[in-house]
Amino acid sequence: MTLDDTDRAILNRMQDDLPLTSHPYAAIAGELGITEADLLTRLALMKDARVITRFGPFFDAAAMGGAFCLCAMAVPPGDFEIVLTKVNAHAEVAHNYERTHRLNMWFVLATETPEGIATAAEAIERETGIAVLQFPKLQEFFIGFRVAA
Amino acid sequence: MIDAKDREIIEALQGGLPLVPAPYAQVAEGLGLDEETLISRLADMKSRGVIRRIAAAPNHYKLGMTSNGMTVWDVDDDRVAELGAQIGALPFVTHCYERPRALPDWPYNLFAMVHGSDGQEVEDKRAQITTILGDACRAKDILYSTRILKKTGLRLKKKG
Repeated sequence: MTLDDTDRAILNRMQDDLPLTSHPYAAIAGELGITEADLLTRLALMKDARVITRFGPFFDAAAMGGAFCLCAMAVPPGDFEIVLTKVNAHAEVAHNYERTHRLNMWFVLATETPEGIATAAEAIERETGIAVLQFPKLQEFFIGFRVAA
Repeated sequence: MIDAKDREIIEALQGGLPLVPAPYAQVAEGLGLDEETLISRLADMKSRGVIRRIAAAPNHYKLGMTSNGMTVWDVDDDRVAELGAQIGALPFVTHCYERPRALPDWPYNLFAMVHGSDGQEVEDKRAQITTILGDACRAKDILYSTRILKKTGLRLKKKG
């Protein structure tokens, strides 16, 4: 789909927080000078076209008593798809990216307990025979998250 | 920490918030709550940091940001806090973290995600980071993502 200026303004605004009010989309539509119906239609179209991959609350597993951990594996290229199927079968794997490096598979484990990270990583190592390197965050330098549309 | 009711709310919302005029009322109804109770629960989860924000996750690729590089740096440990804050503040860096090294395979302790419309744009941005880090940086690399293999966000396991 081709985005027009209104779609871009919506996408920029919707990366900020939605208010916790009864009619939150109406409030945002008001800020943007469009109708609530137009906003909802455009959001639904952007979601269908996967311009927006998800709309909703971003949960912090650590604040729930759980944990996140970035992990990487050096997967032999010939085995990549087989290993990928095994890794992605774990519900704890929240995102997974192929990257240009000897360490070519990078994924985030999100678990409900801190111990869950090691358990999931060990299970993946056992199933694939490949070491899972763990890179938990030590410090976050968190300023912005907005992608200019 | 979350209680059983929070957990039900999270399960109901992990697929996303409905795109209807009164989304909280609709979700509340499904949970047997009233809208006010749900909103106050959500506000409480936000104040505790369980919910960071309620927002859209954009697809960088569909926005023409087809080149996405994870830049990684081996920075002096005693300067990483100060320099990480500077790198995290750059407008084109979407995430920036200090992480442990995994020697000997992986000497890098600072990670910064850089997005651009092509490889040259990402390289230009990376050069700006190189300049800021100066001689505090001993080694660097960039890992381009070539494929999204999975993107689901957090999923709670159903209990009981």
